[in-house]
Amino acid sequence: MREINRVVMKKDALQLVTGKPAYTEDLAPEGCLIVKALRSPHARAVVRHVDTKAALAVPGIECVLTAEDVPKTRFTIAGQTYPELSPYDRLILDTQIRYVGDPVALVAGRDAACVDKAMRMIKVEYDVQEPLLDFHQAVDNPIIVHPEEDWNPRVPVGGDNKRNIIAQAEEDWGDVDAAFQKADVVIDRTYHTKQVQQSMMETFRAYTYLDEFGRLVIVSSTQVPFHVRRIVATALEIPKSKIRVIKPRIGGGFGAKQTVVMECYPALITLRTGKRAYMVYTREEAMTVSSPRHEADVHVRLGASRDGMIQVISVESLWNGGAYGDHSPTTVTLSGHKSIPLYNRFSAFRFRYTAVYTNTIAAGAYRGYGATQGIFALESAVNELADTLHMDPGALRLQNIVQQGETMPAYFNETALSCNLGECLKRVQSMIDWEHVYPRQVLPNGKIRAAGLALAMQGSSISNVDVASATIKVNDDGFYTLSIGATDMGTGCDTILAQIAAECLDCSVDEIVTRGVDTDTSPYDSGSYASSTTYLTGMAVVKTCRSLIEKMKEKAARMLEHADASELEFTGDAVVDPASGRKVTRQELGNAAMITNDIALEATETHYSPTSPPPFMAAVAVVDVDPETGHIDLVDYAAVVDCGTVINPALARVQTEGGLVQGIGMTLMENVQFDSNGRIQNNSFMQYRIPGRMDIGSIRVEFAPSYEPNGPFGAKSIGEIVINTPAPAIAEAVYQATGLRFTELPITAEKVYMGLKSKK
Amino acid sequence: MKIQYWLNGKVENDEIAPGQMLYDLLRKKGCYSVKCGCETTACGLCTVWLEEKPVLSCAVLAARIDGKHVTTLEGLQGEAQKFARYMGQEGSDQCGFCNPGFVMNVLAMVRELGNPTEEEIKEYLAGNLCRCTGYVSHMRVLKQYLTEKGKGMRL
Repeated sequence: MREINRVVMKKDALQLVTGKPAYTEDLAPEGCLIVKALRSPHARAVVRHVDTKAALAVPGIECVLTAEDVPKTRFTIAGQTYPELSPYDRLILDTQIRYVGDPVALVAGRDAACVDKAMRMIKVEYDVQEPLLDFHQAVDNPIIVHPEEDWNPRVPVGGDNKRNIIAQAEEDWGDVDAAFQKADVVIDRTYHTKQVQQSMMETFRAYTYLDEFGRLVIVSSTQVPFHVRRIVATALEIPKSKIRVIKPRIGGGFGAKQTVVMECYPALITLRTGKRAYMVYTREEAMTVSSPRHEADVHVRLGASRDGMIQVISVESLWNGGAYGDHSPTTVTLSGHKSIPLYNRFSAFRFRYTAVYTNTIAAGAYRGYGATQGIFALESAVNELADTLHMDPGALRLQNIVQQGETMPAYFNETALSCNLGECLKRVQSMIDWEHVYPRQVLPNGKIRAAGLALAMQGSSISNVDVASATIKVNDDGFYTLSIGATDMGTGCDTILAQIAAECLDCSVDEIVTRGVDTDTSPYDSGSYASSTTYLTGMAVVKTCRSLIEKMKEKAARMLEHADASELEFTGDAVVDPASGRKVTRQELGNAAMITNDIALEATETHYSPTSPPPFMAAVAVVDVDPETGHIDLVDYAAVVDCGTVINPALARVQTEGGLVQGIGMTLMENVQFDSNGRIQNNSFMQYRIPGRMDIGSIRVEFAPSYEPNGPFGAKSIGEIVINTPAPAIAEAVYQATGLRFTELPITAEKVYMGLKSKK
Repeated sequence: MKIQYWLNGKVENDEIAPGQMLYDLLRKKGCYSVKCGCETTACGLCTVWLEEKPVLSCAVLAARIDGKHVTTLEGLQGEAQKFARYMGQEGSDQCGFCNPGFVMNVLAMVRELGNPTEEEIKEYLAGNLCRCTGYVSHMRVLKQYLTEKGKGMRL
């Protein structure tokens, strides 16, 4: 292994750190029309009339579009493989307003100032209606969020718009009720997590123009370029062949940009005006009309024997989808499918879920994709079980967790071909000196130090759905170009995939140029989401390299006038005939391919995976809680990850650290609050605090690799799993420090203080 | 109104709108390293130097730079290139969007504090948000950078 399990600097690192133009806004041409959306201040209303006369008279205004000007085909903006599990329930502009921020009109003009002025001059008559804001009350509520007759679920997922249900299902394995009756102990709790914002530093943005062939080009900060093409074509009712999507560098995604949040707007303006258009979301828009994590209630019941064997697990999830279906039918399934299989000694499990419509912001995809909520609930319940039984939570887990080689009935009967979870658990306990830190100690300054443990899992790509491809070409002097449809959003996949190619082709990473996504030229890839890129696109790269080597041998055989290419050997720098010792260098091959040639030195392969191998991890949080103020200091956080083979240790480590801190933010500070009219109060980084460097104590990450036979060089995913442990680990540490069991996030000083006060 | 100022060492004369912010002016001048992450002075992405001191360009009126020196990362490419290698080796660049503002503050800190302690570093850079890295790798980068610069960190 030369290039695998090696720190390689990201190919774009020097350009990015030194501030070179690379992102959508840096590349947008001069003279774009500026596009903004006029948004409803009401959570539920019918738009009776929009008077645009005065706005259109503002100098510089090019066009103002309202619901009557846009296509009438419903679509979904969830960036998923077609046919999407997400119902087609949106219009670009609709007369039915479903949440605060739903757009009423699009305004385009020569600069932001004239557009702002025009927006102030649009008069909208609303028929304001009572909104449905509480997701607990959604099912069969007389207020129906989607009353329309053309509500269109492309795939049946148990939804019923007349009942405000987006998706619903239940799954029982074994005799659940009997198992609960037999259990010595039953833990029964409901956990509430709120909406959380991905808060990537670069908000949503795209620019659009018509190219020299009259085709619509969309340059977008997106994780899903091919889905953008399909979704925009559907929404605008134009052929997909008329659209080209280009992905430049992305300033963070975390799932937010797996939803096609705003590309339709500038695209429509360009189609209508023929002019270049640019739209950028303000931070306020990114906080209020975007694609956050779903608010959820997860009801967990655990049945166990007195000796701590978990005999039955029940997870019932209620999901607040908000105003549109988007990623609800899919995220909700992970709350059970990617939590329950952590344990594998039970005789029965139950997983039921309902995702509902309300008149709040539509939720989308956020790192963890529903597993985060499920794991907070299940792991909190397991901690409570250990506490109830007076058992060490590590020891209890060790006797219940899934082991390598086992079939996982709660995970589509997949076999855990790679699982080092036990080692993760033992290692993290030793990293943190668990024996001494758990459960608690009173410090000389009066604070209480305590520890909490949690496990997590995720998947690696969507089994039997996601498609990944790679194209590799040999060029002049033998350098390679690797084209991918996967989207590097800072994760480093342009580099990681080049490392995989370099390993296969026995060359250095520098000899491989990676070219990111242009839907006209890149091979198809579902996109970078669902923890798929290293695992799935990585495997596509491996297959492509194999094919390319065959082509190079074929060409070399021709050049050596050797009859049988299969007798030749590829050494990385050359193709050699071992019998004669004669060879053709890669440089010669590349150059020969450009004169009198009929063998394309280029290969494309495509890959899907029938399984979604889970990465696993274990983590311990150590907190100091001040009993006087309720303040929580996260003093130490240790995590051990099994992501299979670590392709690039530096990037894997930073992915882990970053994911942990996002999870810590969700647990301790990030708090979306609505007022009684359904308006989000936390609509800036001043009111919605994400962790800063002062909020973070020690964070330590180690790896305990397994070897996944279906992954490239044994690799599994890492991008998402890393956000899943902080909530249950910190909640448990706070419980051990205070005796207060928090089942709702975030756990703030105020809540701890009030809890301690009411306990006295 | 008309202003005259130095941008990365060169004299510039510009006609600006009265309410124009420095951030918008700098982007117009082609300083694409300057990014906007929040519009509310909470993220640090738009950090540039005004008279060698870091300021948030989204909150400085362009009128205030009249007669003054403005420095963006475009004007510090030599130092930025060196620092970038440390960031790159740690994988600490990630999406990169917050990097220029962060680097501007790091370079200002090195000038101002010499050999800072870990706490001083955290305080100095507290206003620079990053959503990708969780900050831990930033500290590894800074320890190496300061050590190899011969400054070191005070323990």
